Amino acid sequence: MSFDFNLFLSALFSSEFAAGAGISLVLAILAQLLAVLLGFLLALVRMSSHPVVRSLSGAYVWFFRAIPTLIILLVIWNALPQVITPLRGEWFTPFIAALIGLSLTEAAYMAEILRSALNSVDSGQALAGRALGMTPAQVMLKVTLPQVIRVALPPTGNEFIGMVKFTSLASVISLTELLATAEARIAQTFRYAEMYSAAVIYYLIIVSILMFVQRNVEIKYRWSRKLPARAARIKVAQ
Amino acid sequence: MQLPVISARGIIKRYGHDEVLRGVDYDIHQGQVKAIIGPSGSGKSTLLRLLALLEHADGGSIHLDGDLVGARAHQNGSSRPAPERILSRQRRPVGMVFQKFNLFPHLTALENVMLAQVVVTKRHKKEAEERAMETLARVGLQNHGSHYPSELSGGQQQRVAIARAVVQQPRALLFDEPTSALDPELVSEVLRVMESLAAEGMTMVIVTHEIAFARKVADEIAFFDAGLILEQSAPLSLFENPQHERTRQFLTHVS
Repeated sequence: MSFDFNLFLSALFSSEFAAGAGISLVLAILAQLLAVLLGFLLALVRMSSHPVVRSLSGAYVWFFRAIPTLIILLVIWNALPQVITPLRGEWFTPFIAALIGLSLTEAAYMAEILRSALNSVDSGQALAGRALGMTPAQVMLKVTLPQVIRVALPPTGNEFIGMVKFTSLASVISLTELLATAEARIAQTFRYAEMYSAAVIYYLIIVSILMFVQRNVEIKYRWSRKLPARAARIKVAQ
Repeated sequence: MQLPVISARGIIKRYGHDEVLRGVDYDIHQGQVKAIIGPSGSGKSTLLRLLALLEHADGGSIHLDGDLVGARAHQNGSSRPAPERILSRQRRPVGMVFQKFNLFPHLTALENVMLAQVVVTKRHKKEAEERAMETLARVGLQNHGSHYPSELSGGQQQRVAIARAVVQQPRALLFDEPTSALDPELVSEVLRVMESLAAEGMTMVIVTHEIAFARKVADEIAFFDAGLILEQSAPLSLFENPQHERTRQFLTHVS
């Protein structure tokens, strides 16, 4: 049995694969977005002066980094609806379950990234903002946050790419994302190589786009006057 | 004499068991230029931060144009810090220039000078930009508005930092060792800007190691030692006729 190139191409350009890739990408974007927001809150709480509050955030990070993501997804999809009645409703789809599980887990990692990014901002920055009469919220938004983003961008890009791949775990809770789509076609055709290859191509495309976006956002956070595009690329590459 | 712009009475500040300020009285009047000199760790910079309401005193009180600021109430000598929301409003009339400039690295020189105008004073962007340009011109940097801090020399950064404070039209401007972090050849450009501000009547308190400069621009110089103002007088009498042995020692060491 040889590699059936036509079958591979027809899978690659099929609406199922495109839809599966779309679900993976949308799930990854939403989960990463929620994880960044929740992670930022956790990081702030982690830096609070109140020891009890601080340890709550520490406990969260400990818990969600310790448990395998696959188990988290299985618990949320299979176990929780047996215990919590409202989760038996129609609204609780595999997509929602995966979104919750992936964001909760990722938030623990983002909390650590954002905590170190917050710590990296010179304390003189907030001092200067306060001396100008800014409120704590204004200092955070206008002074600290842009500098946090710059530091957190590369590791967050890393996490985001990881997230795209982690969405494949949701295939076990019957979400028809990219991997589940490939598996379904394999069940019909028994053609592993062609179907997995098509899925791999989609992952490669998605991650390539994300890397391109990340590079351009990082250029925006260089904070020097705009160099010609080529010079900017060289500077980023260094 | 009219009410002082800033008046501090009996200021005490502790870090742990360390008493950094041990009951300091300090007044600054409209249009006055005052310098604070003294050995490192004597509490000079701490006093400045307290006057800027960036830290809370463990004792004593600070009045700004006659109003109690920084603290809510006094109960048997101890004071409770005012909530941050009120502090941020009370800090507005006093500008601060830091030793390490503390410019915002993500903003251009122009944007650095615009930020507080837009965010704190709620000026229109257009007006803020015009004022920022004018103020940058005052410190000789009208051609550097589009530069980011990382593209400026230390002296230029400090001049932007001065412009950032001046544009808010503060009642008083506090300088915390503004030239200590600069290469020697960049010191004079910053001192020139400060001198012209003084000549324009800006009320200023300058913590500095530039003794010659203090002597030249200050109306009054305070000598700080071990958390106390040991003596305070016009430059001439402080330098020619110091009242304390400690002051005499310090002055012979630095001059």
